[in-house]
Amino acid sequence: MADSSLPSARTVPGAGAVDARSSTLVGVLIGIAIMAAVDEIVFHQLLAWHHFYDRSTPSVALLSDGLLHAAEVIILVGGFFWFADLRRRRALSTRLAWGGFLLGAGGFQVFDGVVDHKVLRLHQIRYGVHLLPYDVVWIASGAVLLLAGAGLLWWARSRRSGDGRR
Amino acid sequence: MTVAVPPAFAHGGHVADGPSWFPLLPVVLLAVGYLLAAARDPRGWDHRRTAAWLVGCALLAVALGPLGQLPDDPRGHMAQHLLLGMLAPLGLVLGAPVTLLLRVAPPPVRRVVGRLLRARALHLLAHPVTAALLSTGGLALVLLTPLYAAAERHTALHHALHLHYVAAGYLFAWSLAGPDPAPRRPGLAVRVGALLGAAAGHAVLAKYLYAHAETLPPGLTDRDPAAFQSAAQLMYYGGDLAELLLAVALFATWYNRPNRLRPPRSTRSPRPTRSHRSTRSHRSTRLIKKFASPGNDSLTQTS
Repeated sequence: MADSSLPSARTVPGAGAVDARSSTLVGVLIGIAIMAAVDEIVFHQLLAWHHFYDRSTPSVALLSDGLLHAAEVIILVGGFFWFADLRRRRALSTRLAWGGFLLGAGGFQVFDGVVDHKVLRLHQIRYGVHLLPYDVVWIASGAVLLLAGAGLLWWARSRRSGDGRR
Repeated sequence: MTVAVPPAFAHGGHVADGPSWFPLLPVVLLAVGYLLAAARDPRGWDHRRTAAWLVGCALLAVALGPLGQLPDDPRGHMAQHLLLGMLAPLGLVLGAPVTLLLRVAPPPVRRVVGRLLRARALHLLAHPVTAALLSTGGLALVLLTPLYAAAERHTALHHALHLHYVAAGYLFAWSLAGPDPAPRRPGLAVRVGALLGAAAGHAVLAKYLYAHAETLPPGLTDRDPAAFQSAAQLMYYGGDLAELLLAVALFATWYNRPNRLRPPRSTRSPRPTRSHRSTRSHRSTRLIKKFASPGNDSLTQTS
């Protein structure tokens, strides 16, 4: 993580240089966590399409599910504190952070759709319906976000290298 | 809030828990003692710390008072566990009672506390991993063994378990994010890892209990699987809330890290993590020494 050996902007001359790597990474982390939270709140709680627990869930999948679930909360909180820290040090590139956000959100959506739903079979999107259209929409929307994020990052990086700073 | 307590032994040998408000006494003592100490602090005690401590005490009181008076119900027990073991300890830890003690106690007491804080056994006990094992592991022991059934029958064991919840939860919250001096506290990565492990263990345990509500916890005579399933869901989402709050407290200590209070170093050290850790433990010992001498400025940076 951006470590605390970096003193704050107020004390150090020359602080304020944009930290491209951290900006991107913090966007990715927040994107993952927000998408996971949306999944949890909308599909588990509001729509109740997903089940709390599937009879068929094997115990290894239960363990990985628990780890992922716990990691999401930590990533969300840690990501926002890191974001605030970058802003405070004026080291944040907003474009890169947005690109990272879309990349992370789309990446999580695709991962959730492919690995959690199809490979591990933790739970399905919805029960008692024909699943194929749901899976296609789920994974395709994730892929669109993923590509948009990658494109935005590529554009922001080429602009940065074009005019030197930002 | 008085609840009609079922007649004693209605639940086949269940403890005769008449209107026992006795467990509330220590909570009242904790709150009053803290308030007296805060009022005596010559440098003025931060009101936010007092508020955090009182919230912690209030949560303890809710768990031991109204919830303790309810008839036997897994959901009530689970709510008690969440309050006693996870939410109340965070409030108590944020109240920084050891710092307050070091400020108002006479020098001999301060020396004892300082020596205690430097003791190797305490560093081992208050390591985030040990604390996580004690708190989440202890809960697993209760739910997966006949301990739960035994605690329903024996009042003393019941109270001992509650005490364990509070103590282990306090230890865990302190080891992660406590503003009190904690020499040799491990770095951010270890603490985040311990929080991840404890929260994941808690979530897995909740779903495991949900899945095996017919047989878990073992040894019960009259069981209601549906009630245990909703207790497991309460445990799962309550655990999320506790994890969220702990994570906020933990990362807030990182965000408010003390570098800004020190004169800036001219060079960036080549190995940031190591130097960070050593300065941190150095700071902790310095803190203890500082507390031994009165008339110093406020040293609690975390909010």
